[in-house]
Amino acid sequence: MTTVENSAPAQEIGRDRRRKEDRRLITGRTRWTDNQAITGLLHLSIVRSPFAHAEIGSIDTSAAKQVPGVVAVYTASDIGADAVQLPCAWPITKDMKSPQRPALAGSRVNFAGEGVAVVVARTAAAAKDAAELVEVDYSELAPVLDMEEALKEGATLVHPELGTNENAQWVFDSGEAGSGGSASEAIAAAEKADDQIVVRRRFRQQRLVPVFMEPRSTVVDPTGEQLVMWSSTQVPHILKTMLALTLGLPEHKVRVIAPDVGGGFGGKIAVAPEEVVTLLVAQKLGKPVKWTETRSESLLTAHHGRDQIQDLTVAVTKDGEIKGLDVKLLADMGAYLGLVGPGVPILGAFMFNAIYKIPAYRFDCTNVFTTKTLTDAYRGAGRPEATFGIERMMDEVAVELGMEPMELRKRNWIKHEEFPFTTVSTLTYDTGNYEAATDQAMSMFDYDGLRREQQERRDRGDVKQLGLGISTFTEMCGLAPSRVLGSLDYGAGGWETAAIRMLPTGKAEVVVGVSPHGQGHETAFSQIIADKLGIPFEDVEILHGDTQSSYRGLDTYGSRSLAVGGIAMVKAAEKVVEKARPIAAYMLEASEDDLEFTAGKFSVKGTDKGVGIQDIALAVFAAHDYPEGIEPDIDAHATFDPENFSYPHGTHLCAVEVDTETGFVQLYKYVCVDDVGTVINPLIVEGQVHGGLAQGIAQALFEDAPYDESGTLLSGTLVDYTLPSAADLISFDTANTSTPSTTNPLGVKGVGEAGTIASTPAVVNAVLDAVRQYGVKDIEMPTTPYRVWTALNSAKGTGAQSDEANVASPGAGLGSMAKSDSVKNQGGAL
Amino acid sequence: MIPASFDYVRPTSVAEAVQALADGGDDAKILAGGQSFIPVLRLRMGDPSLVVDLGGIAELRGVREEGDKIVVGAMTTHHDVTRDDLLNQHVKLISEATKTVADFQVRHRGTLGGALAHADPAGDLAAPTLALDAEFVVAGPDGERTVASGDFFQDYFTTAIGPQEILTAIRFPKYTGWGARYEKFNRVAQAWSIVAVAAAVKVEGGSITDARIGLTNMAGVPVRARGVESALVGQTMSEETVRAAAQAAAEGTSPTSDADAGSDYREHLAKVLTGRAVLAAAG
Repeated sequence: MTTVENSAPAQEIGRDRRRKEDRRLITGRTRWTDNQAITGLLHLSIVRSPFAHAEIGSIDTSAAKQVPGVVAVYTASDIGADAVQLPCAWPITKDMKSPQRPALAGSRVNFAGEGVAVVVARTAAAAKDAAELVEVDYSELAPVLDMEEALKEGATLVHPELGTNENAQWVFDSGEAGSGGSASEAIAAAEKADDQIVVRRRFRQQRLVPVFMEPRSTVVDPTGEQLVMWSSTQVPHILKTMLALTLGLPEHKVRVIAPDVGGGFGGKIAVAPEEVVTLLVAQKLGKPVKWTETRSESLLTAHHGRDQIQDLTVAVTKDGEIKGLDVKLLADMGAYLGLVGPGVPILGAFMFNAIYKIPAYRFDCTNVFTTKTLTDAYRGAGRPEATFGIERMMDEVAVELGMEPMELRKRNWIKHEEFPFTTVSTLTYDTGNYEAATDQAMSMFDYDGLRREQQERRDRGDVKQLGLGISTFTEMCGLAPSRVLGSLDYGAGGWETAAIRMLPTGKAEVVVGVSPHGQGHETAFSQIIADKLGIPFEDVEILHGDTQSSYRGLDTYGSRSLAVGGIAMVKAAEKVVEKARPIAAYMLEASEDDLEFTAGKFSVKGTDKGVGIQDIALAVFAAHDYPEGIEPDIDAHATFDPENFSYPHGTHLCAVEVDTETGFVQLYKYVCVDDVGTVINPLIVEGQVHGGLAQGIAQALFEDAPYDESGTLLSGTLVDYTLPSAADLISFDTANTSTPSTTNPLGVKGVGEAGTIASTPAVVNAVLDAVRQYGVKDIEMPTTPYRVWTALNSAKGTGAQSDEANVASPGAGLGSMAKSDSVKNQGGAL
Repeated sequence: MIPASFDYVRPTSVAEAVQALADGGDDAKILAGGQSFIPVLRLRMGDPSLVVDLGGIAELRGVREEGDKIVVGAMTTHHDVTRDDLLNQHVKLISEATKTVADFQVRHRGTLGGALAHADPAGDLAAPTLALDAEFVVAGPDGERTVASGDFFQDYFTTAIGPQEILTAIRFPKYTGWGARYEKFNRVAQAWSIVAVAAAVKVEGGSITDARIGLTNMAGVPVRARGVESALVGQTMSEETVRAAAQAAAEGTSPTSDADAGSDYREHLAKVLTGRAVLAAAG
């Protein structure tokens, strides 16, 4: 009987399902913000400063106004854009210095690309034509480009009214926090001890551009009772609230819609000046208006990411036990503070200690203003920087000690039986098994075999030398416990909301507060709801991105959509089932206590009587007959506030071939084994890992957003900003181990950022492993062929100690010199 | 980005196109495959008054054999060049170089004539035409004329095509039985060459009996590595002789310096890549 009755749908969680949103996305049958067609829509073009730092004199708009089709040309003060204070939601310290960030610059521009005027026209072409005719009289000021110079006495100030280029200094010291010892004492002790060494390195995190596929676009229709803004944003809810707070709009008179959004990678976590300008113009004219950026505008003005100088100091015993870690960062904020910009490097504060048991730790970050495009979240936000710093450092320490780099990691990492583990930076890692992920990765990679091949190539003196790089990483994601955010002075909570509407025909509409922009949420969430309600996958629709249907949410970033939003969905589904239970009991003429709910059906234990939840949905819709004292409604709404972050981890192993004649780095093999807890959809997880790897590898090898000495961005088109395509990558070997999270009922951890966070140091470690034999100490990212060749050339004939000497004789060579400052001064990384 | 406004004509014959160009005056520009010209318009680096689109002229497309020459219509797409049997058999170097141009999308739209007339020093097709002594057929108000490849490329983005002329075809001598290799060095697959070397060699009985080598992006125009060619011819084919000969590759070049490569690095790359190209061509 059980076999016959088993018509329940197959388990959805854990199933490879192709993404149901892809049909409309891939065939172009969706409507992006730029496709919104509204009668009478006017178009904007923004006039932007070509100078990094300049006083604005007069602005002559007369010629622009003569262009046929032009409706208006506004300077900042014409629409009040100069008086706006765009929000920063993360004041990291009480005395943080915050400049006013206008929607359009009024009297001074602070980065090349800042908007100074806006043209409104009947066509986008007329707006663009006219924008070229706006004449702005600039008096150039000195640009501020170098963080260390910017902090010196007498430096040109980006914002003279602040009296400094320092935004804030944020310090964590485990000795003071009581979570560990004093790092400075540990380092001082190591300087004196015969059995310890001190290793100091400087690393550079270059500036990157997120380069989402869909350029940003905003449409504002002010003609209805509610002002409606469509925007290509990751954060429609935050945007709505911030628009209300920033512009003094009644919140109930604003509706924000993020339709399908073509990528974000953190780059669309913003209240963008252009969004505000579009709104102000729409209000001024009382007409719907649209702004859509060009790719060059996007590269120049949408916020950038990373850009840090990292000084790391490690105290370690000669047999490889880390005694202390000191991290000193300079983080480039650019010209203004973005929505969460100042907090991005601070997220790294919790991650430099990574998977290791470091007894003493200090983190000291100074945020600096420069006359560059502002920086803010970019995939991983703070955690890639930290992971790069510590994983590069582990290799450097291993070299100094003459240890195999994986052995050094094993010597220091948290063992699987030690979980839950509270780290020196005060986080409690709930679960993990670094040994299991590493063992599997080493075996898939054939680590020993590749080491042999590496040696053979060295012995033969091959043109193409092999290098192996390791990154054993963890990260904190699933942002975030609201209490923790409160303690970090973040301007919001970290909960998430979901609501389930059971329709009369038994179908479910699930309204979510997270806001997908390419992740596959609709598919993964439908799988969760299908399992939890026991209804077919096809009967679930995920609604998102419109504050009218989804009025409560905190949107998508920090790998939170599943680990936080997914749990809100589970809680809402549990409420649906509990609301349906008394109705089921009534329909079945049974006691609630005798019911069990499995596979979408309430059954009376020990009988074949039962009623499905989809039938109950119809019964409460008709409401002809239901128990007294309850409402005829099984819809539910739930908010979940996580008690902890989630901590995915993994072992990434990369082999590269370095062409010693040309400096070209070719990926040779890439293996990663990630523990992301319970996997809802393996296909989506693999896709997220692949995309993340591509972006992390791209930081190591390809991408860079440099400025020239006048403050002009040199990568203003995709010809100059080097993005890899599939042709430049190799087939990745990915796999998963799983230690389910114990802090949420699904056991899930985040996956969206893992590949990006982990991969960058694995690649750079591999490049250096290939060329260290020639005396090369460090190569800045991206490790372009020109840089690799230059490093090889400068290392040749310098008589630098061969690292092989260290490997052969642990504790000798550089290690014996490391107690003096000479290492700091001599290190190739400096 | 949105280009400035312009007039547009799409003639169906070379004669009509020449007339349209003459009528259009100084600000008339020719649109071939558009893979460089459309970005120029979109970035507003150019604002022509008239665009003459050659896409409707059937006679400009296709590859044909004319006696001892292979003639490629200027509007033949890169994709068609790479698939053409005549070229693969007799002018393999141009097929090999064309395969490396940008990506599939660009190769489906971009044309051989358009790329050569654009004369980007980092473009991949000029050096092979120079190395192979191709001839350029140009039509204008006074009829047709032929320009030798040595005279065609004059400077950065500047060719011998007059303002009222149209490149209609490229004629290649046959190099049947020669080995060919286009050794391209760039940072990512779809990027322009930092340096590239076009090499065609004839090996008979273990000796190099003829060699033609052109360099991409080692000056404002493609450069013939004649020093390498003469060092190779008559030599017994070996890695050692090839690498020794390749040391002359940077002679007579004047490479630029930019973020991807200093001039010294380009000179170094020219030598390394020349060695590799010749070895691969000799197969």
